[in-house]
Amino acid sequence: MTTSTFRTDQEFFLDPQRCIGCHACEMACAECETNGQLPMIHVDYVDRFLSPQTSVQICMHCEDPVCARVCPAVAIEKDEFGIVHSANTARCIACSNCVNACPFGVPRKIEPMDLMMKCNMCYDRTSVGKKPMCATVCPSGALFYGTREEMARNRPQSSPVKTFKFGKETVKTKVNIMMPKGATELVVHE
Amino acid sequence: MATLPLPTADIIAQFGPSLNFPNPEGIPGRDEPDAVVKTHCCFCGMQCGIKLLVKDDRVVGFEPWEEFPFNEGRLCPKGVQRYLQNDHPDRLLTPLIRVGGKGFEQIGWDAAMERVVSEISRIQSAHGPDAFAMLSGVSLTNEKSYLVGKFARVALKTRNLDYNGRLCMVSAGAGNKKAFGLDRASNNYSDLAHAEVILVCGSNVSETFPTLTHWIWQARDNGGKLIVVDPRLTPIARTADLHLPVRPGRDSALYGAILHQLIKHDWLDHEFIANDTTDFEKAKEAVKDYDLGWAERTTGVPKEKIELAARWWGPAKTSFLLHARGIEHHSKGVENVLACINLVLATGRIGKPYCGYATITGQGNGQGGREHGHKCDQLPGNRDIENPEHRKYISQVWGIEEKDMPGKGLTAYEIMEAAHRGEIKGLLSICFNPLVSLPNNNMIREALEKLEFYVCIDFFLNETARHADIILPGSLHEEEEGTVTTAEGRVTRIRKCVNPPGQARSDTAILLELADRLGAKKSFSYESTEEIFNELRVASKGGTADYFGITYKKIEDNMGIFWPCPSEDHPGTPRLWEDRKFRTPDGKAHFHGIAYRDPGEITDDEYPVILTTGRVVSQYLSGTQTRRIGKLVNQYPEPLLEIHPLMAAKFGIRDRELVTVSTRRGFAEFPAQLVETIREDTVFVPYHWPGKKSANQLTSGHLDPVSKIPEFKVCACKLTPTGRMAPEPAESKAWASV
Repeated sequence: MTTSTFRTDQEFFLDPQRCIGCHACEMACAECETNGQLPMIHVDYVDRFLSPQTSVQICMHCEDPVCARVCPAVAIEKDEFGIVHSANTARCIACSNCVNACPFGVPRKIEPMDLMMKCNMCYDRTSVGKKPMCATVCPSGALFYGTREEMARNRPQSSPVKTFKFGKETVKTKVNIMMPKGATELVVHE
Repeated sequence: MATLPLPTADIIAQFGPSLNFPNPEGIPGRDEPDAVVKTHCCFCGMQCGIKLLVKDDRVVGFEPWEEFPFNEGRLCPKGVQRYLQNDHPDRLLTPLIRVGGKGFEQIGWDAAMERVVSEISRIQSAHGPDAFAMLSGVSLTNEKSYLVGKFARVALKTRNLDYNGRLCMVSAGAGNKKAFGLDRASNNYSDLAHAEVILVCGSNVSETFPTLTHWIWQARDNGGKLIVVDPRLTPIARTADLHLPVRPGRDSALYGAILHQLIKHDWLDHEFIANDTTDFEKAKEAVKDYDLGWAERTTGVPKEKIELAARWWGPAKTSFLLHARGIEHHSKGVENVLACINLVLATGRIGKPYCGYATITGQGNGQGGREHGHKCDQLPGNRDIENPEHRKYISQVWGIEEKDMPGKGLTAYEIMEAAHRGEIKGLLSICFNPLVSLPNNNMIREALEKLEFYVCIDFFLNETARHADIILPGSLHEEEEGTVTTAEGRVTRIRKCVNPPGQARSDTAILLELADRLGAKKSFSYESTEEIFNELRVASKGGTADYFGITYKKIEDNMGIFWPCPSEDHPGTPRLWEDRKFRTPDGKAHFHGIAYRDPGEITDDEYPVILTTGRVVSQYLSGTQTRRIGKLVNQYPEPLLEIHPLMAAKFGIRDRELVTVSTRRGFAEFPAQLVETIREDTVFVPYHWPGKKSANQLTSGHLDPVSKIPEFKVCACKLTPTGRMAPEPAESKAWASV
């Protein structure tokens, strides 16, 4: 990691209202050869009967990642840049604790490999100063990787939020979600 | 006899479509490619920049090309997966000959070419030169489009050449020529960024031009309002500030009613109308009775919404109107386009920053292809094949006598009708799959079966090619140098990344050899595609689509040049009409009086439901390419009948039940998908599939009287639930439906 050129001024911004459900992000993510053609980003309809609205989810890279806290094998680690890495393959025992604990539903147990896999914000790309693949290809701006200043300039009607309330629990993340102007937190449920 | 030599299932077993998935273990060579080539996506008119990774003369992957100004690395799923075609197991690797009862057998190039030329000679000697027709397509580069146009007129000597743009942009082209005297998007998309109002008329932007979504959102981030007109709540309509769910086939009534409101409230640019336009009074007269009550009854859109759209559009200082196939695929396609243009002209918002108007050209080279080549009524530079001056100029460029230049021929659907009547006996096709993409395709199949000889150039054996006598294996987008012109009018460079596989040849090499064997070698001697482009530049010089000042180097240095570009020191023209000098004979922009009339087929007691057709994000056109790419197929594996729950209840249709959809032309079964995102009087089926899953078994052959575009977007159908639930999509294998 000493050779990393990870750009600490760059952040990830999720703007789900813009998602057009095209799945370009999933397909581009899957192209990464470390994932065996499996996408680490997930796009789903909210309720196709009512609307074509889709939601898109990547790992939010929590400040205090619950996936790592519940891992009995200490397979999940957060690095100096705040990236929560996918399970260390040698340590992961496929217990699914992380799958059940994550408030965003991100880690998935991959059956044939008996291994948890999740988004590591394209560490192979971001660690050499590139953008994550999904945010590079996203055609609608639902996924954006850049500086807070760029975001403030380009999307003056939205505010980035990285504090989530799940009942009494507050989760702070590295990844931002775009909310209406002035919002400071996303209350998932009271 | 161009009947199938074997049952369809046997042909599919040999030639696909079969699904290509990337190897989950990784693709050898991707980590250390021999070359990373900056080129473009092969699919839609956006022509997004993309870098292809090459190893051992194969395309092995892609990287986003973030510096290309239109898309800055952004791609849709089709673009991400486009690299899976060059090394696809279905690729045609040798010429093939049809052998009845045995299928297609390999044959040498020499024998194949000889057979083609002898059949052309036989048919043309017996029935005249026009009895041999050619069909082409605008996935081809400018160079190939130009070459096809010249080949058909000079080597094949037929007037009957037309192209699949006839199913795409011709209504827009005809409308633009009438109103502006020139057929191109008036603005590039950077003029969207600060438009106060964007009016999207009949375009499923986020599924058919996904990367354009970014430009529309830029305007919204800057406070702009988005209005989307579509019978369905599409992904872009979902987020619009105002969605006008128009009844299919009633578009010109809606735009006429908005013009009525602009006039009523005096939201007009009187100075522009007086100085720079003609015939405003005709436009006004035509809509004088189109009040909101009439408009609501005719279009099915609540009058409050129509009024609000006019209230936003009328007084705005900047705006951009976009339209696409949703208003163009009609027997009134040109009228719908002109009704939209009237709204732009009435407010004078054109030829200025953030004041824009554009058709969103659909196919990869839909723009350049329709300017320089294969349109039945056109010569290079967007010249008119019936204009004596134009004929003279191009004859001189081509080194032929003007009297030997064929005249205007039949359009695509009319060519197939003529084949059905037995008047056209032979056909050469390239880059066109009419058995899936033309309407009323049961007639198309019969027409193919009646042909005495059919030769097809393609890289995959598409559904139409199964009827061919000879198949010549051609090249993909990434297998030849060239240029394309994007929907914005930007001429870009397409790079050859790899050679065509096996014995396949470049399309250009095939056409040049055929021309030689037809005795036209002296007009078809080129050393490179650049040489063809340089001839195209001369041929286009002085035409409305003037490329004379565009060179390969200039395109490469600037990442694209916008035509018109009449001289080498000219920078190109991203925004048209800044000088207010329109290209009509009188130099003015023309209003047109557009009175509403009904579509070619309206619902009645027997066929009580409106059927409209369209596209999905993971498929492209007739699916020749995208129905062979595994993940794109899995994303939306089979065509579904979108139906509103209230209509479903009326007919007792359940979700996933198979429903028989019948029209006067045919019937097909589709699984029902109950959604509240479609009008209650309309059902929708996407059209990318063949055989029994083809929506174009149902669509009508009503054509626009001017553009001859077929009316894909509206016909009358009836729905019959079968009582059977649809099997899992994987079982139906719709991508290869027989």
